[in-house]
Amino acid sequence: MGYMFDWSVIYDNIDLFVKGAYLSLKISAFALLLSIPIGIILGLGRVSRNKFISWLAAAYVEVFRGVPLLVLLLWIYFVLGSMLKLGSYLSAILGLALFAGAFIAEIVRAGIQSVPRGQMEAARSSGMTYVQAMRLIILPQAFRKILPPMASQFIILIKDSSLVSVIGVMDLTLYGRNIVTTSLRSLEVWSFIALIYFVITFTLSQIIRFFEKKYKVAE
Amino acid sequence: MISIKSVSKSYGSKIVLDNINLEVPKSQIYALIGPSGAGKSTLIRSINALESIQEGEILVKGVSVHSKQTNINQLRTNIGFVFQSFNLYPHLTALQNVTYAPIHVKKMRSHDAETKGKALLASLGLEEKCNEYPGQLSGGQQQRVAIARALAMEPQLMLFDEPTSALDPEMIKEVLDSIRKLALTGMTMVVVTHEMGFAREICDKIVFMAEGKIVETAHPEQFFSNPQTERAKDFLAKVINH
Repeated sequence: MGYMFDWSVIYDNIDLFVKGAYLSLKISAFALLLSIPIGIILGLGRVSRNKFISWLAAAYVEVFRGVPLLVLLLWIYFVLGSMLKLGSYLSAILGLALFAGAFIAEIVRAGIQSVPRGQMEAARSSGMTYVQAMRLIILPQAFRKILPPMASQFIILIKDSSLVSVIGVMDLTLYGRNIVTTSLRSLEVWSFIALIYFVITFTLSQIIRFFEKKYKVAE
Repeated sequence: MISIKSVSKSYGSKIVLDNINLEVPKSQIYALIGPSGAGKSTLIRSINALESIQEGEILVKGVSVHSKQTNINQLRTNIGFVFQSFNLYPHLTALQNVTYAPIHVKKMRSHDAETKGKALLASLGLEEKCNEYPGQLSGGQQQRVAIARALAMEPQLMLFDEPTSALDPEMIKEVLDSIRKLALTGMTMVVVTHEMGFAREICDKIVFMAEGKIVETAHPEQFFSNPQTERAKDFLAKVINH
């Protein structure tokens, strides 16, 4: 037990940690904002009565859920990214969003299917179109039920963002690796980075818990 | 108001509606009664196309309900439907339940819809309950909100699918009283019900169904005192002497 802690590595490099954390947050935030519409559209596609649309949505979910995120990021960066000149930053956001979108689609589908059939029948029998009934009656109820699994998914997305360092994005994890290389202080650096990720995800889960309470209805 | 012509429907080899013919004139109240599995719910649900049919045709005010050319959403605004399990929207207040379709389907101004909605709820004895959520209401109150919700669209026809079957006995009366009041306004109604006393009292015709067929159609007095078919006699003996 002769290890001598030296936390000065943290103070000395605090600007790099902040820069890395900021970039990780930014990538996660953009990926999250993009993954929500992807997930909702695919989730609606999964419950569509149009066989082709529901098949297409199911195929997307199976493919993007079935490929490891690391491989997906590399594929997007080296194949799609080099064709479309996306760069590492956009490739990272796109990869994370497409990947999370597949999981969010399943959450949205389960949420929609958990709303009793009578709700759609009541809405349709009052003259609402399918789209109106979805928007005004089904989705608001599904939304309340999917908040907890959505929170988990968002947290997974933030943690998964640490993988984007493999395509050269200077995120928190990559800064950490560089600092360790020069300082040889793995314990202090990785502990501090773990703490930063935890603070970010814990804050997010508290925000979502607040919304859960706010939208809770008596049933 | 409603014409049902040679309507049939089956699930695989099971026939649920077997060549149904029925005319419901304007301002008349028809009760659909019969044992469970007779096809009563399927028939009433097919009148506003909640259920599809395989053969025949149903016309409401001369418009073919199941035709692809029909704007079903437009037609449904003329047909109020009340469900056995209420199906109120749990995330909306009683008043919002009533005003949503007028606002979003009929594009009524929300202020007007609310004024009208409050008046409707008040007429059903629910003026105090406007801002409560369905989960805070009793079954009888929920079903009355559901009736108000259907009436808010100013339908010309009301369909009731076992409106009191999910209610505790002491709440049945308040819902039946609401339907009685509605009967006095001259509303055309079709009611699937197991409440024989109610059917006898307010209905113009009793339609008795069994095994997907209409077995007997008669005036309530005649039907209950002197049923013509063996099947109806058997059914009445079972439901009345228990």
